[in-house]
Amino acid sequence: MLSNLDPIVLARAQFAFTMSFHIVFPAFSIGLASYLAVLEALWLWTGREVFLNLFHYWLKIFAIAFGMGVVSGIVMSYQFGTNWSVFADKTGPVIGPLMAYEVLTAFFLEAGFLGVMLFGLERVGPRLHFVATLMVAIGTLISAFWILSANSWMQTPAGYAINPDGQFVVADWFKVIFNPSFPYRLVHMVLAAYLTTSLVVGAVGAYHLLRDPHLAGPRVMFSMAMWMAALIAPIQILAGDQHGLNTLEHQPAKVMAMEGHYQSHKDGAPLILFGLPDQEAGRVDYAIEIPKLSSLILKHSLDAPLAGLDTVPRENWPPVAITFWSFRIMVALGFLIFALGLFSLWTRWRGTLFDSRPLHIFALTMGPAGFIAVLAGWITTETGRQPFTVYGLLRTADAVSPLAAPAVGSSLLAFVVVYFIVFAAGAIYILRLMAASPHHGEEGPRGDMPARAAGITPASGVAGQGAPS
Amino acid sequence: MIAAVDLATVWAFIIAFAVFVYVVMDGFDLGLGMLFPLFPAKADRDVMMNSVAPVWDGNETWLVLGGGGLMAAFPLAYAVLMPALYTPMIAMLIGLVFRGVAFEFRWRTTAARNRWDIAFAGGSLLATLAQGVALGAILQGVHVEGRHYAGGWWDWLTPFSLLTGVALVIGYSLLGATWLILKTEGALREKAYRLSWGLLFAMLAAIALVSIATPFLNIQYAQRWFAWPNVALAAPVPIAVAAVTALLIRSLGQKQDSRPFFLALALFALSYAGLGISMYPFIVPQSITIWQAAAPQNSQIFMLVGVAGLVPLILGYTGWAYWVFRGKVRAGSGYH
Repeated sequence: MLSNLDPIVLARAQFAFTMSFHIVFPAFSIGLASYLAVLEALWLWTGREVFLNLFHYWLKIFAIAFGMGVVSGIVMSYQFGTNWSVFADKTGPVIGPLMAYEVLTAFFLEAGFLGVMLFGLERVGPRLHFVATLMVAIGTLISAFWILSANSWMQTPAGYAINPDGQFVVADWFKVIFNPSFPYRLVHMVLAAYLTTSLVVGAVGAYHLLRDPHLAGPRVMFSMAMWMAALIAPIQILAGDQHGLNTLEHQPAKVMAMEGHYQSHKDGAPLILFGLPDQEAGRVDYAIEIPKLSSLILKHSLDAPLAGLDTVPRENWPPVAITFWSFRIMVALGFLIFALGLFSLWTRWRGTLFDSRPLHIFALTMGPAGFIAVLAGWITTETGRQPFTVYGLLRTADAVSPLAAPAVGSSLLAFVVVYFIVFAAGAIYILRLMAASPHHGEEGPRGDMPARAAGITPASGVAGQGAPS
Repeated sequence: MIAAVDLATVWAFIIAFAVFVYVVMDGFDLGLGMLFPLFPAKADRDVMMNSVAPVWDGNETWLVLGGGGLMAAFPLAYAVLMPALYTPMIAMLIGLVFRGVAFEFRWRTTAARNRWDIAFAGGSLLATLAQGVALGAILQGVHVEGRHYAGGWWDWLTPFSLLTGVALVIGYSLLGATWLILKTEGALREKAYRLSWGLLFAMLAAIALVSIATPFLNIQYAQRWFAWPNVALAAPVPIAVAAVTALLIRSLGQKQDSRPFFLALALFALSYAGLGISMYPFIVPQSITIWQAAAPQNSQIFMLVGVAGLVPLILGYTGWAYWVFRGKVRAGSGYH
């Protein structure tokens, strides 16, 4: 059965599947690591126990999410060789060093200090422990820097030459690393990670406030999360708009697919809100449109002409339907998050932040919205790049390993089975931790095996003058 | 041109170093996982797991550096070897997935703890076996045409690659057992001593078998070891193996604490040097040399700057993390 399938389709399915699972963990752990560093800093600064309890509470969840991110990330790092060996050969001299720098500057930093962060509070003392937490948080951001540089280079390649072996080689490292779309992509992704985390933290806080609005821990985390959502969501919408303009400049076909513009418009393109893209016929059926709005958004002028896919050779068309829909899902969720932020500001102003059931229910249902938006955004940008892996230069079909379909198919099947077992279990353990509210004297990881050094009073026992949580 | 030659050699040593550090660091915690079935008591397993929980993540990062560094410094070798080793690589990754999450998951459930213990042990075994088989498959050579792997997806499976797979399982288990001697006390440590004896002799047998089989793989390996003057350069390796073995037997007999682990590592280092002697200067044996596979100079130089500056720093804070969690691990009370 497997041998009838196209190995390229299977390799793409495998990459998409393993990557979709992987991307949610970094998105969560980038934000959560920073949140943990803030919580620990607040604890050191104010001495209030509630911050330490929250720190330990989220540390356990972080440990599980980080572990799953690590193992799914190791898979990603070998996929380039196993399934995309021609890509690895051709782009190795450019992409390889960027990823090697990610390992050297980020992965080692995170992994090296993670053990101390998870188990070392009593061993090294609060201040040195805070340094470890900070190193882990910085590590996640450095990691985002390098991997987005590599991904952006594949989207908007710059600073390269091509040698006689057909390999991309570097002419200018600065242009490679800071390629045209990199700053936009980095900002957009890091903000997305912070938003994703704030929505999860906010949902957990809301869940416990719905049951008891007086719990100190949930009040603090809910308030912090709602500040974050209210501040970051509008910035993210602006950043997304700028990123879109950058994409229009460097990857116009992707924007055409996102907007559903099969046809060119000479005097002002409409914004297609919804519709069913028909790739064969090259048109969007049942379209609901707002005249001229697309031109206004993309060119900041109502009557600006906008080119459509009819100006692009058909073999270079991205799959419009997927790009079109995933983009709408991301944008819609972005505005819902913005609405949540506004709602929280309104209740805060009225003094009902901790008592508004509608707000708490809204926040609770928005818990997974960040993950979905990140996935939808990633699908938009990666599908919109097709049919190329290196935009305009290396076709996906020419990048794949010389493997037969059964090999790729059976490994895909193995990953599907393993990932569903492992990540379903992880999700259950995380949800179980979230279902308990943070309590007075919250323990860090390994709650059933207290890591107490003999004769040393645990730090959590010293600094307990804050409100009980 | 001379600069290019030197750079490729430098990078061959860097990749070899990263892979060796990986073997040193992750070998014992994989070995510890494989010894899990022999320690059925929960308290013992808690201690075993806790002896590596704070450091395993850093250990495994060296594997990512080895793979990522290979892609960056020798992209052609990476592109040829990974499809050739497709099945063992996927198996290794799946083993590492199960094993890695077990570190967190087994503490989050009582009902399913046994299942995650099995995942930890099974994942460790699968990953180790796959690494050993991959090593054997590289040594026996792969079919290359142009810039591509041109063999089938079962070519890696031979009696020789199975032998190297089993040899690595034995070797990592020995590292795991001697690590337990270092990090535990009481009955657990006594059992680790007993296991170390058996594993040491099994490892010597495995080294002997692989050493005998390797020269038969192709004439180049045989000449590398037995033709004059190579034999003079290569001979110290087996002699040193004998000397280290004698020291290891003595330290086990005297029930020393830390020496068995480091001597077992020395055995690994010597076996690894033996592999280097066999392979150099090929990176894909008999097909691609390190110079043919090398990335352009400016890529190798760009990374060399990072490696030279950062690896000492990494070794520094990794050492600090080990220092923080130094000493014996005791049951029920975490670290002391």
